Amino acid sequence: MSKQEWPLYEVFIRSKSGLSHRHAGSIHATDDQMALDNARDTYTRRCEGVSLWVVRSDRIIASDPAETAAFFEPAEDKIYRHPTFYEIPDGVENL
Amino acid sequence: MYTQGLDQGDKETQASAGTPEQLAAFQERIDAEEKIEAKDWMPEAYRRTLIRQISQHAHSEVIGMQPEGNWLTRAPSLKRKAILLAKVQDEGGHGLYLYSAAETLGISRDQMVADLLSGKAKYSSIFNYPTVNWADIGAIGWLVDGAAIMNQIPLCRCSYGPYARAMVRVCKEESFHQRQGYELLLTLCRGSAEQKAMAQDALNRWWWPSLMMFGPNDSESKHSAQSMAWKIKRFSNDELRQKFVDVTVQQAEFLGISVPDPDLKLDKKTGHYTFGEIDWQEFIDVIAGNGPCNKQRLEKRQKAHSDGEWVREAAQAYASKQAARAAA
Ligand SMILES: [Fe+2]
Ligand SMILES: [Fe+2]
Repeated sequence: MSKQEWPLYEVFIRSKSGLSHRHAGSIHATDDQMALDNARDTYTRRCEGVSLWVVRSDRIIASDPAETAAFFEPAEDKIYRHPTFYEIPDGVENL
Repeated sequence: MYTQGLDQGDKETQASAGTPEQLAAFQERIDAEEKIEAKDWMPEAYRRTLIRQISQHAHSEVIGMQPEGNWLTRAPSLKRKAILLAKVQDEGGHGLYLYSAAETLGISRDQMVADLLSGKAKYSSIFNYPTVNWADIGAIGWLVDGAAIMNQIPLCRCSYGPYARAMVRVCKEESFHQRQGYELLLTLCRGSAEQKAMAQDALNRWWWPSLMMFGPNDSESKHSAQSMAWKIKRFSNDELRQKFVDVTVQQAEFLGISVPDPDLKLDKKTGHYTFGEIDWQEFIDVIAGNGPCNKQRLEKRQKAHSDGEWVREAAQAYASKQAARAAA
């Protein structure tokens, strides 16, 4: 048993150019290069990606699920941000 | 299945933390088919059930590399060897996807590995059977991966997000596993009488253990109801077993080999096959550690782990040295 837990890294894959990177899962590694190698071997055995990002899980800043409602609340009552808020009479085209 | 609903004596399961309001709100989310994510509130028993199931599943993938790995150096052609190598590597990958899904629930990787190595953790009974001839590699792909697929497809809709996503990834890869196995047996069955006899012999030995993979009968499966309510499980053990039998018998007929069950017959009214009684004593024995290969499987895993110790140490020493240099 190794004395010390290896750091956890989150793995993100861009499946083809033009698309964003997407979270795939996580892996353990002692350093960044090993994290990339392990991510490649674990998550792209069938050409699933053209680009890989790995980032140490403890470096990710995340919103708190317990505070989800309050945190996203400011956007909730601003329905005028959506195009459907505006009534445009029939006959007006290309709008 | 790969998880088989083992370790059922979890006494604390009923003592879920959380107020009645929290529990009701949680169940409401589940009923609305919302996914639960790692940092969301969940009942302690839900968390524990998932840790047990996902880690057992991961251990099964890892131990499952052994029976097939056993034939890597003896594959009859370079093509078959490359296929088998890729398949065994996939199983290792499945173990890794699943360990990382389990870790999101707050158990460490080292803890899970320690539980496997100490013999505390369970893994699927199927991997305690020996692979004595090359046809067994075909039978494993066809039957064992086939049974796994039956179980894993509904798990893609499991209420716990990280597990469901890991299963989607796994399922994409399983279909190759099953097809290469079936094709291997098809090749044998179209070969000499001796080769066909090998395929029949493999089916004879793997059929019943494969049916056992689905776990105890529903009447004996204590945790099923709760797992169904939580939508961790979507179908009962017996339902999945029946589906498996229904599709597999026809595939055996195509191969021209016969399922070793004198009681097997098609019920014209229901359209389902009825089949003979499973030897549950054998199942219990294998689970209890007394199957043909339990000891060997565990020892091999322990040896692989301790043989790798120096590599892990070196990697860690290298990383610390690099970090120290960067800091200087
Ligand atoms: Fe697998
Ligand atoms: Fe598989």
